[in-house]
Amino acid sequence: MLSIQSLSKTYADGTRALEGIDLDVPNAEIVALIGGSGCGKTTLLRLIAGLDRPSAGQIALDGEPITGPHPGVGLVFQEPRLLPWLTVAENVGFGIDHLPRRERRERVAHALERVGLAEQAGRWPRELSGGQQQRVSIARAFVANPRVLLLDEPFSALDAFTRKDLHRHLLALWEEVRPTVLIVTHDVAEAVALADRAIVMRPRPGRLDDTVALPMRRPRDPAAPTSEAATRNILAALDHSLRPRDASRAPELAGGSSF
Amino acid sequence: MSVTTVLPDDTETKAAPARRSAILGGSARLALGLLLPLALALGWEAAVATGFASGRLLPPPSRIAAALWTLAASGELWTHVEATLIRVGLGFAFGAGAGILAGALTATLPTLRWLVDPSLQALRAVPSLAWVPLFILWFGILETPKVALIAVGVFFPVYIGVAGAIASVDRKLVEVGRIFRLSRVALARRILLPAVLPATLTALRTGLGLGFLFVVAAELMGASEGLGYLLLDGQQFSKPDQILTAIISFAVVGKAADAGLVALTSPLVRWQDTARETL
Repeated sequence: MLSIQSLSKTYADGTRALEGIDLDVPNAEIVALIGGSGCGKTTLLRLIAGLDRPSAGQIALDGEPITGPHPGVGLVFQEPRLLPWLTVAENVGFGIDHLPRRERRERVAHALERVGLAEQAGRWPRELSGGQQQRVSIARAFVANPRVLLLDEPFSALDAFTRKDLHRHLLALWEEVRPTVLIVTHDVAEAVALADRAIVMRPRPGRLDDTVALPMRRPRDPAAPTSEAATRNILAALDHSLRPRDASRAPELAGGSSF
Repeated sequence: MSVTTVLPDDTETKAAPARRSAILGGSARLALGLLLPLALALGWEAAVATGFASGRLLPPPSRIAAALWTLAASGELWTHVEATLIRVGLGFAFGAGAGILAGALTATLPTLRWLVDPSLQALRAVPSLAWVPLFILWFGILETPKVALIAVGVFFPVYIGVAGAIASVDRKLVEVGRIFRLSRVALARRILLPAVLPATLTALRTGLGLGFLFVVAAELMGASEGLGYLLLDGQQFSKPDQILTAIISFAVVGKAADAGLVALTSPLVRWQDTARETL
């Protein structure tokens, strides 16, 4: 269980990026964080990853407080961030350097197989396409067997076709390791394709606004009526989150539970 | 006057080489590049041979070749090349070593940077040749002041290059290291070092070039051997062919040293997505 309690982040320049975030994510759940730009989605992920320190509040993974980068937490950045001086296989194995050589090689080969890049193992990152590079970076996060995997708009720079392909690869890897997944996105279709629930965020300061449950079975058909209904619900919640609101009124529900 | 006739002429001469370079292959282009120096050399040779010019101050190529051959055959040239190379090698080793060390330390330790960088920058503003008299007073006139001068010349570009390379390492790649909880040492070895390598090698090449610049200055200030001595000796005894021999030797030795450095280091930066091989 990943639990976040009254988490706030105020940057040195006074920007209130996040305020009063409370969130519990049971193990193996996939949660999509969705919202317009500037609502603190990336900040939230960086806090959970331990790259930045919160101004207030706590984050705990299975009861263990997170105060810095944690071995149980993996992060896939918005850009692939592969190390250009390492081959594809070396990049995938970057985070498991402490393991014995044989196990490392097996895990890397397996992960590359899973993302369909077994034949590119010996190539340089620069020789891969953008979608392939992002697959390498997902494999790099997965080989460390994280309990929580954070993805920060990992597919936003890719075309719709590649993105769909990567959703498939991501879900295949998830099935195997079953980590808790938090994926930041601004693509409603992506949330509907992947997540068990979508959390809509609201800007200035960044807050969790609403939750849409997505209980459909996988694999999902984006054209199915349940998917379309879920898309409509998320869009309504998003629309709602962008409207200025009277603070004293309780937030309205747009499907699913509220906080 | 005749603007109308000049214009078409002009465009034609511009267009012609462009069209030709697209047609010509690499070897043909090389030949084209050699055409001008060869034509000049042959022209001068002919001018001196026909008595059109005396060639006393600028000897014809045949006489330069003869001087080169004589010096090489007697083994004298190799003594000078060896002396020069030892000086550059020692000066480069000391200067580059100190430059890498100082650059790495000041770039990673802010307090040290605030402490020493302003002084180093001030020293950098001093033209390196200004140290010559002081070095002679301190170290005498033998090898030490020469190596010291070369080391000073090599130090600054390497220092600036390494410090700049470390300061401009992509924060995003450092975060990859942090996510995987690398220790400070591991972070330096696995991310910082490879990331700064290309810029460091460029700085070393610049430093080596400056090493050759300063070896001439060092040898001109008093030496009994070395290519710089050959230059000075040629001037004092009015032997322009010897001066040109020394200049040609400098060109060859300098280019060879640079090519050697590139050949030694290019396997380290094979991964780079640049046009390095065309440099």
